[in-house]
Amino acid sequence: MGGMRSADGAGRWAMEARGLGKRYGRNWALRDCSFRLPAGAICGLVGSNGAGKSTLLNMAARLARPTTGSLRIFGLPVTDPGVLTGYAFLAQDKPLFPRFTVEETLRLGAELNPRWDRAVAERIVRSGKVPLGARVGTLSGGQRSRVALALAFGKRPELLLLDEPLAELDPLSQHEIAGLLMAEAAEQGTTVVMSSHQLSDVATMCDHLLAVSEGRVRLAGEVDELLGAHRLVTGAHLVEGVPPQIARHAVVESRAVGRQFTALIQTRGPVEGDWKVTAPSLEEVLLGYLRSPGTPALLTADAQVDDEDRGARGEEEAAA
Amino acid sequence: MVEFRIDRHSGMAAYLQIVQQVQEALRMGILAEGDQLPTAARVARETKLNPNTTLKAYRELEHLGLVEPRPGVGTFVSAVPAQRSPLADSPLRGELAEWMRRARVAGLDWGDVSALITAARAEHFPAG
Repeated sequence: MGGMRSADGAGRWAMEARGLGKRYGRNWALRDCSFRLPAGAICGLVGSNGAGKSTLLNMAARLARPTTGSLRIFGLPVTDPGVLTGYAFLAQDKPLFPRFTVEETLRLGAELNPRWDRAVAERIVRSGKVPLGARVGTLSGGQRSRVALALAFGKRPELLLLDEPLAELDPLSQHEIAGLLMAEAAEQGTTVVMSSHQLSDVATMCDHLLAVSEGRVRLAGEVDELLGAHRLVTGAHLVEGVPPQIARHAVVESRAVGRQFTALIQTRGPVEGDWKVTAPSLEEVLLGYLRSPGTPALLTADAQVDDEDRGARGEEEAAA
Repeated sequence: MVEFRIDRHSGMAAYLQIVQQVQEALRMGILAEGDQLPTAARVARETKLNPNTTLKAYRELEHLGLVEPRPGVGTFVSAVPAQRSPLADSPLRGELAEWMRRARVAGLDWGDVSALITAARAEHFPAG
């Protein structure tokens, strides 16, 4: 496949990273990341603190320059000024001017963004009954998030980057803001990449997953596909080590407690023998990969960048 | 119109939950032929469910011949499945009852029987 270089492919991938790395001083915050994300996806970016999530978001939002490799946004190198109008980034602290009123904030959005969609921004603010005359500094956390999302969606971004959008919101606001985010993304067909520690939110809201650990990609691809590739097996532990019937599969993580043996496996055909086989939750799969650095990363076929493209872009990698 | 409820701890994929809830609503008469299903944006607003998940469920329902999309308008119920014969009358029920009787005669308690059922279920309904 020709990848996104072909005419119809240019818009197919919202994000494409090839050998992407970022070093701060002597430490690699992100290293040799290669993956791609299809347009229209709502992708959860998960991993421990310091795993590289913010670094990746910052590079996509042009706040940090890659040290190695390349990052493309809808086919354009992230360094190309052409990507500027196409994305919106919402930092975790949702920076807004506290002394501006809501109305002034929206007017600022209109002044700064050539593609400003006033109707969308006002609809988002109004549907939350946020008073237009109120100063942003006096708003509740949920209202402030709503104004920040109004600014982001008013920009009509093709790609929306969100750093922990629901953190520090009360449960009701969380539900409301999450619903707003999903509904607007649906209406506008926005590709969303959101970092989150709330795996239950990720499981509901995201159709794609990008898990990073210690600066490297651990899982990437469609959530259903990633989950469907795995099974949890439980049975009696009668031999030393991993039982042969289980060892035929790719074992992500296993443990034995007394005579009970439990493993998260990436199945290679049906599980034979006397095993209780269940479908793991997103949390179980994710924790399995985060806890087992020795297990190879899993990228679904769609999330893998083409090898020939990788070769063709050798000059970019060579910069490393 | 129906509202969906997504149980995030059920272990069942969310899109399958929607498929199941629509089928259930059809069976119970909550949805009738010609009714519109909620738009993905509406489901998203109410349940924070990913819109692509809802659309995936609707595609599956379309595949089953139960709904049809009308471009630019929405997704509508196109057919109500014929009532299945009540499970109580099924010969399978009699066979299962007979099997359980034999299990009891053989000295198995409920725990043993339950373990056998779980094993058989894993074999024949791996996705469930």
